[in-house]
Amino acid sequence: MIRFEQVSVTYDGAARPALREVDLTVPEGELCLLVGPSGSGKSTLLGAVSGLVPHFTGGTLRGRVTVAGRDTRTHKPRELADVVGTVGQDPLAHFVTDTVEDELAYGMESLGVPPDTMRRRVEETLDLLGLAELRDRPIAALSGGQRQRVAIGSVLTTHPRVLVLDEPTSALDPAAAEEVLAVLQRLVHDLGTTVLMAEHRLERVVQYADQVILLPSPDAAPLVGEPAEIMPVSPVQPPVVALGGLAGWSPVPLSVRDARRKAGPLRERLTGAAPRAVADPAPGPPVAEVSRLAVRHGRVEALRGVGLSVRPGETVALMGRNGAGKSTLLASLVGMHQPASGSVRVGGGEEEAGHGGVVPHRTRPAELLRHVGLVPQEPRDLLYADTVAAECAAADRDADVAPGTCRALVARLLPDVADTTHPRDLSEGQRLALALSVVLTARPPLLLLDEPTRGLDYAAKARLVEVVRELAADGHATVLATHDVELAAELAHRVVILAEGEVVADGPMAEVVVSSPAFAPQVAKILAPLPWLTVPQVREALETAP
Amino acid sequence: MSTTPPRTTSGPATRLIAPLRAPAAVRGGALHAGAWWLWALGLATAASRTTNPLLLGLLIAVAGYVVAARRTDAPWARSYTAFLKLGLLVLAIRLFFAVFLGSPIPGARVLFTLPEVPLPDWAQGVRIGGRVTAEGLVFALYDGLKLATLLICVGAANALASPARLLKSLPGALYEAGVAIVVAMTFAPQLVSDVQRLRAARRLRGRPDHGIRALLQVGLPVLEGALERSVALAAAMDARGYGRTAQVPPAVRRVTAALTLGGLLGVACGTYGLLAAEGADYGLPLLLAGLAAALGGLWLGGRRSVRTRYRPDRWGVRAWLVSGSGAAVAAVMIWAASYAPQALQPPAVPLTAPTLPLWPAAGVLLGLLPAFAAPAPPRSAPEPAAVTRRKRLPEPPGGVPGPRADRPAMERDTHDARPDGRPDADSEEA
Repeated sequence: MIRFEQVSVTYDGAARPALREVDLTVPEGELCLLVGPSGSGKSTLLGAVSGLVPHFTGGTLRGRVTVAGRDTRTHKPRELADVVGTVGQDPLAHFVTDTVEDELAYGMESLGVPPDTMRRRVEETLDLLGLAELRDRPIAALSGGQRQRVAIGSVLTTHPRVLVLDEPTSALDPAAAEEVLAVLQRLVHDLGTTVLMAEHRLERVVQYADQVILLPSPDAAPLVGEPAEIMPVSPVQPPVVALGGLAGWSPVPLSVRDARRKAGPLRERLTGAAPRAVADPAPGPPVAEVSRLAVRHGRVEALRGVGLSVRPGETVALMGRNGAGKSTLLASLVGMHQPASGSVRVGGGEEEAGHGGVVPHRTRPAELLRHVGLVPQEPRDLLYADTVAAECAAADRDADVAPGTCRALVARLLPDVADTTHPRDLSEGQRLALALSVVLTARPPLLLLDEPTRGLDYAAKARLVEVVRELAADGHATVLATHDVELAAELAHRVVILAEGEVVADGPMAEVVVSSPAFAPQVAKILAPLPWLTVPQVREALETAP
Repeated sequence: MSTTPPRTTSGPATRLIAPLRAPAAVRGGALHAGAWWLWALGLATAASRTTNPLLLGLLIAVAGYVVAARRTDAPWARSYTAFLKLGLLVLAIRLFFAVFLGSPIPGARVLFTLPEVPLPDWAQGVRIGGRVTAEGLVFALYDGLKLATLLICVGAANALASPARLLKSLPGALYEAGVAIVVAMTFAPQLVSDVQRLRAARRLRGRPDHGIRALLQVGLPVLEGALERSVALAAAMDARGYGRTAQVPPAVRRVTAALTLGGLLGVACGTYGLLAAEGADYGLPLLLAGLAAALGGLWLGGRRSVRTRYRPDRWGVRAWLVSGSGAAVAAVMIWAASYAPQALQPPAVPLTAPTLPLWPAAGVLLGLLPAFAAPAPPRSAPEPAAVTRRKRLPEPPGGVPGPRADRPAMERDTHDARPDGRPDADSEEA
C-alpha cells in the first residue's frame, strides 16, 4: 500500500538529509508503528506519505514514494486526499469548520462527493467513532479525546485507504487514549484501513502494532519488522518490554497480558524482597499549603474543597482526567486564579517558618518568583527573546540575581546548546529544559510542572527524571501534573488524584496507583499484587538478591 | 436564557396549538442564515427611518427578546453582548462630542457652560467648550440612539445566524474566498485566548501581567503562534483536498475570464454613467449588461470547482415568516415616515416629550414573530449523567471513561473547553 524506494529528503538549507535512503513497504490493512527519538525523521516520513513533503514543506526528495500506486512526485497532497488521510499532532490546527458535522463533511465537499453519499457517510462515521451525540457541538467545546476522534473522523469520511497519524495519543489522558486506540483497532480490523502512526508513548500502542519501523537516527537505515523482533533492540522500550528483557523472557511480551502469563517465576523470586523505598523527604514546614480551595470559571466550579500540603524535597504527582482541575490547581498556586473560597499559601522557607509564606494572588509577580515557579504546558509561552543568551540575561534581571546564574543552569541542563540559538529552533525537550532553567533562576523552593512529558522522547524524559530527582535531593519540592503514569511512578513520593475538581485520592504512589486500572504503571500491573512500580526497582532487586 | 415553553402538553387548547409551535432546532430544520439577516436588516431599515427614542427603544427590545428566545450556545451567539456594549459606546461618544464640541442645534435652555477655548479665525465654525443646551443634548441622544439601534440589529443577526452557514450559501466560484473568511473568523477567538495565556505567563517570569506594556510585549509571540497555526492549517487543508479543481476546457476558461472582466468593467462604467451628469441614458443598460456578464462569469467559474455541498440550509416556510416579519417592520416604518413624519422625528427644538405613535409601534411588534416562528434551540438542561457520576466519585477514577474537557493550556482552561457553561459538557461519553 505504501512503498518507499531509496527515499532521501533534504530540507532547504539543511546540511544533512532528514531522511536517508529509506526502503520500506507497508502492506494493506496493517497497523504500522513508527518509533524513534526526536529528530530522527518521523514527521518527515509521515509527511512524505501524504505528499506534504516536499510539495508543502519544500526541500528535495530523492527516490520514489508510492501510495496505492500513486507517485507522490506527480500527485500533490490535494490529489492524494482520497487515498491518504492525515491527522497532525495538534487536532485543533486541523479543523476548518466550526461544528462536528460540518467538519466530517468538509473533506468530502472538497472532493465533490455527491450530497446523498456524503450524508450517508457522515452518519456512518458518527456511529463508527461514537460521535453521534456530539454532531451539532461547536468544535471549541470538545474535550481532547473527542477532538482527536473528530479529527480522525474528518479524514475517514473520504474513505482513505491509508491513515497517517502523528502522535495521536500523546496529549490525552489514559482513558481517552484507549478510546482513540480502540477506534484505530476497529478501522484496521473491520475496514482494512492501513494505519501508519508515530508515537512516543510506546506503552500505549506497541501491543496493537502489526509492524514496527524503527528510525534510530537520520543517518542510520530504518529497521522494519514485527514488534517482538524490533523492540528488544530498540533504544526506546516500553516498561513491559524492558521488564521482559530483564527477566529474559522470549519472545518479548508486548502487552501486560502476555507478560503476566510469563511473570509467575519472577513474582516468586521477588516475593521476599521489597522495593527500595523512595527516600522520604526531610520533615519541615510545608512550602505550599492549600486548604478547602474552591475556584470558579464563570459558572463552572473548577475546584471544590481541595486540600494539599507539599513539604520541601517532596515530589507530588497530580493526576486525573483532562479537565479534572489539575492545571487550575497549579495556576492557583501561582496566583492566576483568585480563590472563590479557601486559602492558598506558598513558599515560606525556614526563615519565615510559622508565617506560612505568601498568598499568591495578592503577591507581586516579582516577589512571587522567589516562592514558586511554574513551567506551563507549552514551555514556549515563557520564552520571549530571540536567543538563548538573551533569554538567560532577561531571566537574571527578572529574578534580580547575579548575571550568569541562568546561563549556568542552562549549561547544566542543556550542555550542547549555543548562545545564539533561537528558542524556537530547540526540540521540545530542549525547550522544556530552557524554560525550567529560566524558572529555576530565582531558586523557588516549590516547582510546578504542567504536563512536562508532552512530546518528549524517552531520552528527554530520562533527563527530566534525573533533573527533578536532583532538585528533590536539593530540597526543592515539585508538583507535576501529568497523564504519564510511568513518569509519575519513577518520580513521585506521593500521588494526588483529582476528579471533577475534588481530591479523590492522596497517598503514597504505591498504595494509590496499584489498584487503579488506568493509573497503574505497566510493571505494577504485571507484578500485582506485589508493590513494584518501575523497571529500575526490579533491576536493583534482582541484582542485589541473586 | 431560553424561553422555550415547557414540552409537556395537556388540555384541548394546547393540543390545538401544539402543531403550530416552533420545532426544536436541529440541523435538518435549521433556519436559513439569510432569513435572520433579512429580518435584522428589516429592523435596521426601520431604525434608520426614525429618531423617536420610544420607537428605537421598542426596536431594541424586540431584537433583544428574539435573541434571548432563539439564540444557541454556539460561540458566535455570545457576540450579542459585545454589540450591545459597542452601541453604548457609540451613544457615549456622540454625547461627548455634543457636550465638548458644541452642537449646531440652536437651543434656549442652557444647562451649563463650559469654559470655551479661544480658536483662531481660520477655525471658524469649530468650537471647543462653551454652552451646553438641553436641546443639543437631546438631539445628540436621539441621533446616537439611532446609530446604536442599527448596531444592535446587526449584532442580533450575528448572534442568531451562524456566519459559516451564511457563507456556505455563496456561489461555487466564491467558495474559496468564503473558506478564507471562515478560517479568519475562527482565528480571532484563538488570538484572544493566546493573548490571555501569554499575559498570564508573564506572571511566571516575575513581570507584571497587567497594563499596556504587558500587552505589547506578548504581541510578537502571539503573532508567531498565529503564523505557525496558519501554516499547519494550510497543510491540513491541502492534505484534505482543498483547492482541487476539475478539468475545464481552455475555451470555457477564456470565456469565464472575459465575461467576469468585461462584466466588472461594464458595472463600473454603468455606475459612472448613472452618477455623472451626462450619460444617464446609457448608464442603466450598461450597468445591467455588466451585472449579467459578471454573474454569468461567476456561474461558469463555478464549473471549475468540483466541490459539492453538505446539507445546505433550505429556505422553508419559517424562513419566509422570519424574513417577512423583518420586511414588514421596515415597510410599516417607511410608510409611517411619509404618513406621520412628526411622530417619527420628534423635534429637539422646541423641546417636546416624544409620544409613542400607535400604528408604527404595532408595526415594530411584528418583528417579534421570529421568537415564535423560528425553531427553538435545545435547552441546556442539566444532564442526568452528572448525577450518577457524582455518586461514583469516591471510587478510584481510573477505568471509568468519564467526562473530560480538554485543557490545551493552563489559561485556556474551562472557559474555552466548555463555552456553553455547562458543568459537564462531555457526559455523553460515559
